[in-house]
Amino acid sequence: MTMQKLKVDVHHVTRVEGHGNIVVDVENGELKQCELQIVETPRFFEAMLRGRHYMDSSHITSRICGICAVGHATTSLRATEKALGVTPSEQTVLLRKLNFHGEILDSHILHVYMLVAPDFLGVGSVIPLAQSAPDVVLRALRMKKLSGDICATLSGRHTHPIAMTVGGFTHYPTNDQLYQLRERLDAVRADVEATVALIQTLRVPDFERDTEYIALHKEDEYCFIDGEIASTDGGTWPVERYREVTNETMVPHSSAKHTANQRQSYMVGALARFNVNHDKLHPKAQAAATALGLKAKCTNSYMNSVAQVVEIAHCIEESIEILDTLLERGVEPEEPAPATRLSGEGVGSCEVPRGILFHNYVIEEGVVVGANCVIPTGQNLANIEADMRSLVPSILDQPQEDITKALEMLVRAYDPCISCSAHMLDVEFV
Amino acid sequence: MSKPKVAFFEFTSCEGCQLTVVDSLQTNVELLDAIEIVQFREAMSEKGQDYQIAFIEGSCTRPSDEAVIKRIREQADIVVALGSCADLGGINAIRNYQDLDDVRHYVYGDKADWYETYPARPISAVVPVDAAIPGCPIDRNEFIAAVKEVLQGRMPQIPDYPLCIECKLKGNVCVYLRGKTCLGPITRAGCDAICPTYGDSCEGCRGMVSSPNLEYMRIVLEEHGLDFEEARAKMTMFLNYQMMELEQEAANDNAKA
Repeated sequence: MTMQKLKVDVHHVTRVEGHGNIVVDVENGELKQCELQIVETPRFFEAMLRGRHYMDSSHITSRICGICAVGHATTSLRATEKALGVTPSEQTVLLRKLNFHGEILDSHILHVYMLVAPDFLGVGSVIPLAQSAPDVVLRALRMKKLSGDICATLSGRHTHPIAMTVGGFTHYPTNDQLYQLRERLDAVRADVEATVALIQTLRVPDFERDTEYIALHKEDEYCFIDGEIASTDGGTWPVERYREVTNETMVPHSSAKHTANQRQSYMVGALARFNVNHDKLHPKAQAAATALGLKAKCTNSYMNSVAQVVEIAHCIEESIEILDTLLERGVEPEEPAPATRLSGEGVGSCEVPRGILFHNYVIEEGVVVGANCVIPTGQNLANIEADMRSLVPSILDQPQEDITKALEMLVRAYDPCISCSAHMLDVEFV
Repeated sequence: MSKPKVAFFEFTSCEGCQLTVVDSLQTNVELLDAIEIVQFREAMSEKGQDYQIAFIEGSCTRPSDEAVIKRIREQADIVVALGSCADLGGINAIRNYQDLDDVRHYVYGDKADWYETYPARPISAVVPVDAAIPGCPIDRNEFIAAVKEVLQGRMPQIPDYPLCIECKLKGNVCVYLRGKTCLGPITRAGCDAICPTYGDSCEGCRGMVSSPNLEYMRIVLEEHGLDFEEARAKMTMFLNYQMMELEQEAANDNAKA
């Protein structure tokens, strides 16, 4: 029998970063309320940047998020560099890309193995898996450690990177360290294959809802740093015009702002990147996508975790290629590229693990006077709620426990990073 | 004897310290045999309310969080502040010297009233804290060492001498000789001088030593080209809450005199 009355109130969704509640209220079989409430405290980073020296911006904004610290730092540096006319060297671009891949890998491995897999294996966390499936946990730890070590080799640590600065780096890895990373990445290819094999066995819930997918795009690569904004509904925008795409609005139930472009909502993140840029993936990642049944354009939000696995395969292969290039050229310590002016405005944009991120700074005489950051999870909130509104009526015949789990898994599939976005999980059936 | 039950909580923060906890456990898996983690929202679904040791990450930045922090204090035998935000107010306290109304309206415009907030404060400003593991983020080795100390009934000992000592032992060229400024002379050691080692300067994320020579620190910063405002900005990335407390004490002393 279909449930006529349902109140779901999941207070503080677990296994996500930050605080949110899922609230669903059904009366007489009709959906009255369906919200992802963001109850994280406001963070106020944009306001705190004002009055600080431009060299401090990346160190302050990396503290927006412990998981995407390298992503925030890189985006911040690109915003400052564009504002002040700084052109980083080819070596800097390569080192930044490798560092960035380290973070994408770290975040995706954490999400797929430690936050999502327990749902499919029917446990509350990764800890019991250490008993029941030790090889899986050891593999996850091995892969995650390597990812973190990439960041540590290049910038001192993953949370929060030290050696990244405006125009370049303040510390350089030795060729020997890079060679060791190259060896370990080669060895971890077997773990990537085992990851694909594991995810192949998990049954992803059936759910389809077409939406607009937005990601950075470049002609010549599956891009993570710079590029132009592209949509599956058509259209491209230079990153400087991000406000025309994000159209931020505020809603009372969320300290993170909502966004919308050509529809009521849009999706960002691994699945959006895949839908926009799948033909640019490394052949091994394309093979992984085929093996996992991921095909563009995919409109099942639960498949975001699968798209993350495909990106793991991509980032491992591309990291090896970058290391080969670096080892061939040899890494030479160099002074960071200088600022050519001390005042200006710039927009930096990167595809951080959870999707497209924008930092926009106005700098006057070396001091930040205005700042705006638009965070991926904030951009996904309206889309998550649209998914929930579409999903709930179709599963009302299931026990409340199953409905709650389906909603939690949906929210988790987006890999929300709420502390980032509160400028932003718990499920609440009220 | 049953294993001590441990819970992790977070308030206003980036959750990077808990992530560092996850990272440090991956190379110290044996610790999981010595403790039982009953609550760790970022990593597990279970929410046990029966715990003896509570680790709290993040600052308190709104009145409604005070009650939650007080309940944790009532339940736990030992409360440990995890990282700069919990220990010092940290980066969240930058806004404490800005006009709070202006800060709120800058980010949320005419909807500022929708979101509750007040000046950021360390956990110790809300409830007594038994120990702190400083840093932004915490140092993995220091966290593991601290947990081992707590399990043996001792409080973790955090160095109370300046970072410069560690930096010299490390063999680093002084940051001032590289043409930059650094807060090493007033900052607690214990991080193995990781920022100067990677070519950056110390920003003071571990907090000040117990008797910092602030007056001379300012003189050194000014000698190296920072005007008063720039020197203050340098000293308030992580230390603003402490700085404002010291300034308040000085003002009170002046008023008495």
